[in-house]
Amino acid sequence: MQVPLTYSLRNLRTRKLTTALTAGGMALVVFVFAAVLMLDEGLRKTLIETGSPDNVVIIRKGSESEVQSGLEREKAAIVESQPQVAMGTGGVRMASKESIVLITLLRRDSIKPANVVIRGVSLMGPALRPQVKIIAGRMFRPGTSEVIAGRAISDRFEGAGLGETVRFGGREWTVVGVFDASKSGFDSELWGDVEQFMPAFRRPVYSSMVFKLANSDQFEAFKQAIEDDPRLKLEAKRETQYYADQSEVLSKFIRYLGLTLSVIFSVGAVIGAMITMYAAVASRTAEIGTLRALGFRRASVLAAFLLEALFLSLIGGVVGLALASFMQLVTVSTMNWQSWSELAFSFTLTPPIVIKSLLFALAMGLAGGFLPALRAARLGIVDALRAA
Amino acid sequence: MHFLNLILRNTLRHKLRTALTLLGLVVAILAFGLLSTVVDAWYAGVEAASSARLITRNAISLIFPMPVTYAQKIRQVEGVRSVAAANWFGGIYKDPKNFFPQLAVDAPYFGMFPEFIVDEAQMRDWRRDRKGVIVGKKLAETYGFKVGDTVVLMGTIFPGNWEFVIRGIYQGKTPKTDVSQFFLHWEYLNETMKRTAPRRANQVGLYMVELSNPSRAAEASREIDAEFKNSLAETLTETEKAFQLGFVAMTEAIVVAIRAVSFLVIFIILAVMANTMAMTARERTAEFATLKALGFAPSFVVTLIFGESLLLAMVGGAIGIALTFPVADVFGSAMGSLFPNFQVSLRTVAMQAASAVAVGIIAALAPSRYAARVNIVDGLRSIG
Repeated sequence: MQVPLTYSLRNLRTRKLTTALTAGGMALVVFVFAAVLMLDEGLRKTLIETGSPDNVVIIRKGSESEVQSGLEREKAAIVESQPQVAMGTGGVRMASKESIVLITLLRRDSIKPANVVIRGVSLMGPALRPQVKIIAGRMFRPGTSEVIAGRAISDRFEGAGLGETVRFGGREWTVVGVFDASKSGFDSELWGDVEQFMPAFRRPVYSSMVFKLANSDQFEAFKQAIEDDPRLKLEAKRETQYYADQSEVLSKFIRYLGLTLSVIFSVGAVIGAMITMYAAVASRTAEIGTLRALGFRRASVLAAFLLEALFLSLIGGVVGLALASFMQLVTVSTMNWQSWSELAFSFTLTPPIVIKSLLFALAMGLAGGFLPALRAARLGIVDALRAA
Repeated sequence: MHFLNLILRNTLRHKLRTALTLLGLVVAILAFGLLSTVVDAWYAGVEAASSARLITRNAISLIFPMPVTYAQKIRQVEGVRSVAAANWFGGIYKDPKNFFPQLAVDAPYFGMFPEFIVDEAQMRDWRRDRKGVIVGKKLAETYGFKVGDTVVLMGTIFPGNWEFVIRGIYQGKTPKTDVSQFFLHWEYLNETMKRTAPRRANQVGLYMVELSNPSRAAEASREIDAEFKNSLAETLTETEKAFQLGFVAMTEAIVVAIRAVSFLVIFIILAVMANTMAMTARERTAEFATLKALGFAPSFVVTLIFGESLLLAMVGGAIGIALTFPVADVFGSAMGSLFPNFQVSLRTVAMQAASAVAVGIIAALAPSRYAARVNIVDGLRSIG
């Protein structure tokens, strides 16, 4: 026979302060746990959505990132003429030769400078990234000192708003448009004409090249052809892979730090639950004896107390998640160590994170509640009844 | 004396609960200490910066170099004692996760850093060997580098496989000195670039400028920048401290998050501790009523609860603080060269102690108010 569910629930209600404090401690732990997962998810989403699986990034062998890479014009021409490069309307190759540099801009809300990515693109550049949409103003005109700014940059950096001017490379550049790249890494970039940026920065070579594969399956063949060519010394990566690699260190850091913290903190919360449950068992010894005398089995008593601990942790888990869901309003911007540039991403709550956090909370409740519940189940009927 | 005895006995009444609460406190205080040490390590570069050194870099951003000819002009600015060239090398040792800072520097560089202590014979060997490098003590320990070893790095900024021979190992004058750096010859880098990529030769990433009088830092910075105004590579000169702070500011969001979380752990333990004290007080309602019936003032009962709470918090805090040191040592060596400086500061210990005491006091507030208000008749009737 099972002890009614309401027995466990009502017991939590009687000791309001203790329940609130224990659940509150758990809520904080779940909050940290969920926030870390959300941050990691936000970062992953930002960088994975930056790339498209059909696009290929070409960089100099061993250079790791576009900023450190260099790609000579003649090599770019060789790559562009490969048969795997898709042909667009009017027989134009769907490839963009790009120049990526970092410049220092000042944030609007403080005088602290940060590194911002400037991307010079060919005519095809925007077409290769369908997620980039102009939300204010217009596209820059090739051959002019016009640039467009990503939403995250436009909001947060001085001179990057619509109609404002930024100065770099010895010239003034007018921001004629603001684009939204649906929360991808491009939101943290400034775009302009590559043929204008190269002379401004006095760079005779491109940084990298991006092109669309005519057929997605041809990537391996292309990679083989490019990387085996001794003239080129280049490396080819799918754009999705390239951006995933770029955030590897930051993502690992967030995950390791966060999970270590969650584990340490959960020790505190489990102890809290244990104290509460031991006290619950101790003060209800006579009650437990009565239950047993009425014919409830040891297993039922164990289940009743475990359920109480699980309810307690569930309250904590739900409150923690509710707190964490507010974090979705926050955008984090920090420097990505691998690309040395500013990257903005936000806390993202997904159904798997909700499930993981609740499971984590329940696991804490189980860990904290098991030993006390066992003690309750082991009480002898006669001794327990005498305790009152 | 009887009073202290009473507190001690009360604390030990529920041995299991006391042990669990103590364990929670120890974990929380330890976590708090480690987290603030991580934040300190973040700022280590700033702390170690000298006010007598300026850093001149390209005004556009760090990735743009300046011509090698600038050194001559900077030297002529009033108050400048010496100028050294440095380039960020950014090579990979075996695997990208083995990160440590590598700088290509020219000979005057070491003269500006009195905090780097290098054996004179080793310094001479380094000067004579173009492929020679001087590495920090901590770096040498992490990767097992010994003088005479050959180290190969794969260049990311400067392509190719680069071979170096370790000629010296430097030590830090103070514990704050960064002893995880790797110094190669700027000349070696430059000559290789002349052969392989002439366009990129004779370029300097940043100039380290030493002043004879640190109080002239602001004027000297302005004069250096004015010298190169409207040139192809305009410069930005700032003190070493400002330069390092700029780096920290870029990752500020992470520092803020770690700080926030380190206070969160205190709140978690506060909830646990307050819970313990609340339970203690409720269980002893009848006892408090008896004490009052015997003529003890409410303040006596209040002191009893505060005493117990503080005793628990202080013992837990003390164990937590004591454990912080060995754990930080292990953590620091596990992180290797990522955190060149991982030391528990006095400030951290003070903060830990303060939080422990604060937790002890706050946790006792509500229970002591309850105990002070216990009505004798109701209290005696209570069965806990």
